Amino acid sequence: MWYALPVQPGGEATRARRATSWVAAGVVRVAVLVLVFLVLGALWEGYRWFWINRDWTVPFEVQDRTMPHLHEIVGQLFREWPEGGPVLGSTLLDAALFTAKEAAVGFAIGAVVGFALGAVIAHFKVLQRGVMPYVVASQTIPILAVAPMVVVGLGNGVSVLGHTWVPADWLRVSVIAAYLTFFPVTINTVRGLQSADPLALELMHSYAAGRWRVLWRLRLPTALPYLFAAFRIAATASVVGAIVGELPSSIQSGLGGAILNFNQYYSAEPKNLWATNLVAAALGISFFLVVVLAEKLVVHRAPERLV
Amino acid sequence: MSAEAVVSVRGVTKVFGKGGVTALKDIDLDVAQGDFVSLIGPSGCGKSTLLRIVGDITEPTSGDVTVNGKSARRAREDRDYGIVFQAPVLFDWRTVAKNIALPLEMQRWDRGRRQARVAEMLDLVELTGFEKLYPWQLSGGMQQRVSIARALAFAPPLLLMDEPFGALDEMTRERLNLELLRIWSETGSTVVFVTHSISEAVFLSTRVAVMSPRPGRVSALIGIDLPQPRTVETREQPRFFELVTEVREALHATGADEVEEQLAAEGPE
Repeated sequence: MWYALPVQPGGEATRARRATSWVAAGVVRVAVLVLVFLVLGALWEGYRWFWINRDWTVPFEVQDRTMPHLHEIVGQLFREWPEGGPVLGSTLLDAALFTAKEAAVGFAIGAVVGFALGAVIAHFKVLQRGVMPYVVASQTIPILAVAPMVVVGLGNGVSVLGHTWVPADWLRVSVIAAYLTFFPVTINTVRGLQSADPLALELMHSYAAGRWRVLWRLRLPTALPYLFAAFRIAATASVVGAIVGELPSSIQSGLGGAILNFNQYYSAEPKNLWATNLVAAALGISFFLVVVLAEKLVVHRAPERLV
Repeated sequence: MSAEAVVSVRGVTKVFGKGGVTALKDIDLDVAQGDFVSLIGPSGCGKSTLLRIVGDITEPTSGDVTVNGKSARRAREDRDYGIVFQAPVLFDWRTVAKNIALPLEMQRWDRGRRQARVAEMLDLVELTGFEKLYPWQLSGGMQQRVSIARALAFAPPLLLMDEPFGALDEMTRERLNLELLRIWSETGSTVVFVTHSISEAVFLSTRVAVMSPRPGRVSALIGIDLPQPRTVETREQPRFFELVTEVREALHATGADEVEEQLAAEGPE
C-alpha cells in the first residue's frame, strides 16, 4: 500500500527514466493493438475462407454477402456512392459528425442530469430506496419504445410562460441519447459520493467543515474516479442512443439514417452497411478516448485507487 | 484541577450501543499547557475513544470535557486542536503543499499567507522540495510527516495524535519520535498522544496515563522525569529503563491478557 519510491525532487535522471519508460509503454501498447487487430482480421478472413471454400455450415453459413472481405469493406469507403457522387467515406464522415453532435449534447445533458439525480439520492438516504427502482426501471424499457414519445412529444414544442420553443430535430435525438447516458452516471455518483474515507470525514469534522465544503473538498474529489468510470460507459452509450434515436425521428443526415438506408439495400450492396458499422464503431471509440483523456488530465489518484 | 489546564476530562463515561459495551468508565484527566501526555493501554481499553471525545468527534455518554476552558464542541468549532490519525488521511488529488494548506483554506486564509505558512511547515517537517508531489509518491513516513504538518499548519494550541506512528517500521518510528519532540519544543503546543508502545510513550511524554480495559479507566498516571531535550541517548539511560519498567508493571496490574502479548511482541528492552 505504501509507495516507497526513491523520489528526488526534480531529479533529472529520474525524470528522463520516467520519460523513456513512458515511451516504451506506449510502443508496447500500440504493438498489442496492431497485433490484436491482425488476429481479429485473420479470424475473419480465415472463417470466410474455410466456410466458403470448404462449404462448412456449422455454426453458420457464410457467403460474400454476409462476410465481405475486410479490404473490400475498407475499400468501399473510398468508392463513389452513388456512382458519380461523393465517395462513401466522405458521406459517412459527414453523417458521423452529425451524429457526434447529437451524442455529445446528449452525453452532456445525461451527465448533468445523471449527476444531479445521483447527488440528490446520495444526500437524502430515504430516496435511495424510493427512487432507485424507478431509475433502474427506466433502463429496462427498450430505447425504441421511448424514442417515438420523445420525438413526437417534443416535436410539438415546449411551452414555458407562454413562450413555445420547438427543439430542433437533432436536439430531440440528443434527449434520447441522454436517456441512455444518465443511468450509469447516477449509479456511480451515488456510490462515489458515499465512498469518502470515514477518517477523512472525521478530519473535515475536526475543521468544523459544513456540508457544502465536505461535498466540494472531499466527497466530490473522491467520487471523480467513479464518475469517470461512468462517463466511459456513458460515452459509448450516448453514441448508440444517438444512432437509435435517429431511426424513429426519420433523420437522414446521421449514421442512424445511413444504417437504415443501407439496411434496406443490404442484399444489393452489403459492404455499405459494414463500412457504416466501421465508422459508427470509430465514433464510439473516439468518444471513449476523449473521456479517457479528460480523466488523465483531471483525476490525480494513486494508480491502484483508480476505478 | 489547574486553571490553565488545556484539556480537562471529568467523569467521562462512554457506552456503545443501547446497554452495550462500556468503553470508558469515569475518566478524569487534566492536561496542562505544554504537557505531552500519552495514553497507553492494551487494545480495547478505549484510549482512541477518549482522544476522539476530547476532539468532539465522538460524544461521551456522560461526563464533561473542556478544552481551553470551552466545551469540546466549541473548541472544535474554534479550531483549537489539530489531529493526526494512524493513517495519514492525505487527499490523493492534492499535492503535498495543497494537503498542508487544506485547514488554512477552510479558515479562509488568503493565498499569499497560505503559501508562506506551507513553506514554513514543509521546513518544520523537513520536506522542503517535495511540495509538488502527490501523497502516493511518498513513503509512509513522509506521508505521516505531511499529516503532522497539516495538523500544525494553523498553529493550534493542542495536538491530538491517535497512534500516528503505529503503521511505521521501528527505524522510521524512532526518527519521527525525535522529530515530533523537536516540533513540540519549537511550537510549544500541548500534545495528547495515543500509543500501544511502552518505549514510545516513555520516550516522548512528560506524563503517561496507563489505561485498563473493559471498562476503560485511567489506572495510573506516571510522571516522566527524563531531562529535556531528549535525544538518541535518552533511550540508553538507566532512568529510561526504570520508567519503562514502571509503566510495564502498571500495565501488568491492569491484568489484561493483551498486555502480555504486547510485552512478548516487544521483547526485552
